[in-house]
Amino acid sequence: MLRVVFQLVFLVLVVGVVLYLYSNVLRNLDRLGIGTSFGFLDESAGFSIANSDFDPSANLFAAILVGVQNTAIVSFAGIALATVIGVIVGVARLSTNWLVRRTAAGYVETLRNVPVLIIILFWYLAVILQLPPIQRAVDWGWLVLSNRGLVVVWLERTGDLAVFLAVLGAGAVLAAAVSVWRTRRFDATGQPHRRLLWAAGVLVAAVVLGFFAGGRPFGLSLPERGELGTEHGFLLSPEYGAILIGLTLYTSSHIAEIVRGSILAVPRGQTEAANALGLSPFARLRYVVLPQATRIMIPPLANQYLNLVKNSSLGVAIAYPEVTRVIRIAIGQQAPAPQSVLVLMLVYLCFSLGISLVTNLVNRRLALRER
Amino acid sequence: MTSIRVDTLEPLPGREEPPRRHVPPGRWLRENLFSTWYNSVLTVLFAALLGLLLYRVGRFVFVDGRWEIIERNLRLLLVFRFPDDALWRLWTAMYVLAGTFGLAAGAAATVRRAEVAAGRARPIGGRFLPLRRVAPVVVLAAVLLWLAGSVGATLLVAGAAAVAVLGRLAGTLLPRRYAKWTAVLALVGLAAAFGIVIGLGGVSPRTWGGLLLTIYLAIGGIAISFPLGVLLALGRRSSLPAVRVVCVTYIEIIRGVPLITVLFVGYLIIGFTLPPGTPTPSVVTRAMIGIILFTAAYVAEIVRGGLQSVPRGQYEAAQALGLSPVKTTWLIVLPQALRAVIPAMVGQFISLFKDTSLVFIIGLTELLGVADLITKQREFTAQGLIFETLLFVSLLYWVGSYSMSRESQRLERRLGVGER
Repeated sequence: MLRVVFQLVFLVLVVGVVLYLYSNVLRNLDRLGIGTSFGFLDESAGFSIANSDFDPSANLFAAILVGVQNTAIVSFAGIALATVIGVIVGVARLSTNWLVRRTAAGYVETLRNVPVLIIILFWYLAVILQLPPIQRAVDWGWLVLSNRGLVVVWLERTGDLAVFLAVLGAGAVLAAAVSVWRTRRFDATGQPHRRLLWAAGVLVAAVVLGFFAGGRPFGLSLPERGELGTEHGFLLSPEYGAILIGLTLYTSSHIAEIVRGSILAVPRGQTEAANALGLSPFARLRYVVLPQATRIMIPPLANQYLNLVKNSSLGVAIAYPEVTRVIRIAIGQQAPAPQSVLVLMLVYLCFSLGISLVTNLVNRRLALRER
Repeated sequence: MTSIRVDTLEPLPGREEPPRRHVPPGRWLRENLFSTWYNSVLTVLFAALLGLLLYRVGRFVFVDGRWEIIERNLRLLLVFRFPDDALWRLWTAMYVLAGTFGLAAGAAATVRRAEVAAGRARPIGGRFLPLRRVAPVVVLAAVLLWLAGSVGATLLVAGAAAVAVLGRLAGTLLPRRYAKWTAVLALVGLAAAFGIVIGLGGVSPRTWGGLLLTIYLAIGGIAISFPLGVLLALGRRSSLPAVRVVCVTYIEIIRGVPLITVLFVGYLIIGFTLPPGTPTPSVVTRAMIGIILFTAAYVAEIVRGGLQSVPRGQYEAAQALGLSPVKTTWLIVLPQALRAVIPAMVGQFISLFKDTSLVFIIGLTELLGVADLITKQREFTAQGLIFETLLFVSLLYWVGSYSMSRESQRLERRLGVGER
């Protein structure tokens, strides 16, 4: 009985406080003539977004979607790079070579103890924006580097892609089949399967075949440097570069520590057994230690990935047009603040939920099956 | 029932450190740098790269770097526009902190020595440990004083250091039974220092900036979010579903969004939630509210970890003794849980210390804000001096979080060993 009463009182208090704050928000919005609807999402955005063909007259919802897309782009690239660098540095921290070990430790301790915002700003303001201007850019023909970003050679469509895509699709199916065949053969005969190599070979063949069969549907797009900027090629903007490098460096230092800890958590006997079997140091790491360490690594790694996605919101400080930046601009242009921030939080909650779901799936697949 | 006197038994020997092997330098090199052909290649490669890096950094720091911008603006970076005639308050606060924290450290050392002597704890660290512990801070202080180039400031800092050392010595002389009160004394010292700076015609935090604001946001944020976090954690573990649902919702929502969005809530929305006509709090206060809302959720998760680490037997024993649920929590569970989470709390404090840099985005002039500001001064603008400025600011952050993380690792080892 007492429990029920206590819970009721608690709920009444919580709901009361929330309602009180909410009623104040309503009254304030009313007083300012803003209203509480989310209709502002349908109104035209009225601002353009850097490095995208977003039309300022399109509605704000579309602008937010472009922002979400940019957040996703920088997050995925950052997660991939940070994982690779983090694993390398984490393994290097356990090297038998004293110098390598100490260098990796220095890398981790330097980056881990500095705010990620400062790393991002440092790369943006002190490195990338200090690169030579476009007139004196580093120009290697296929690559142009200046304070307006990095432009690299890219592909450009010159014809119909239908045939090419069809051949590529067939190639993908064939590659999967070859991979299955190699695996079966490996199971039957024990010869090395090399299924990745085989599948990649089939895919490359399909690309080459499709390219010529489809009548050369695309060609190289080399960057061309003019007085005012570059045309063609693929542009990595200074903002994108800075936030990607900043997030990667910072997160990789945390991932390195996770990798190190997970490897240390693999029982010593496993390493010793691998040595006794005469495995090379690389084979020992690749086939014995890392697979077992991965299992320990997944939950903290997922946490770091989440942090990276959340830290990508710092793009707002250097005008990288990710979702926080887009909504911040919208608020500056008379979008109602309470609703806008609510939308922003919802976007990030969706990202967090998505990553949690994926890692839970991976975790379940990798989990040790107890016999 | 007969009882056994445990204390007359020989204490268990602590695990002994393996004896140090003396390795001749030639063999050390062979074993650690040139054991295989690829290790030799790596060593040469890394030595070359590191050499180049060190040369470039050294050349920049001692030759090419134009540190005038830091020298001229050191005061802005540290305390921003803190009024001249109130500076004595900051110095006094520094002396109070040096004294009380020195005393607490001394007393802690005595307690610890007694535990080691009784065989309940293992001695850690080598001969140079105390030196290594304070080295980063001493180097930073030296750099700052060199940049300041002021005899008065040097003498005042030396005095504070002397007070800290004296406090530590005095702390070791304190009788054991007062020792546990020195931790409380340190907290009182912190509160007193804060009071000295703002109280009785002092300077309100709303005008603070630079390192002072950074430290204020970090310490204030953790201090206020700590009790909130404990309540949230207890709520999450509560057997009452209504309480649990509310706490879980709050914690999970906050942990799912970036700090900057919570700062936006503080910055842009707090004003809307007040009754019409109420003046909006200052930006510093709003930033602090955002930080507290955010940190409380993380503290809650840390404390929950601690609560889960308390064995069930403790609850059952408390119930068997007839303690009420409130007393069980307050006297039995929380003290053990909180002791277990001290290192994780230090970790959270470090990440908060670094995260305070985000208030720059909502327009506050904390350390990063000042750094941005001074590169826009007329005599320094557009000269690429952002490199020097950001490097200096990173040094401040680095020394702070590096030395704290070292301390937290030490604490972790110590608490782990002291566990019964």
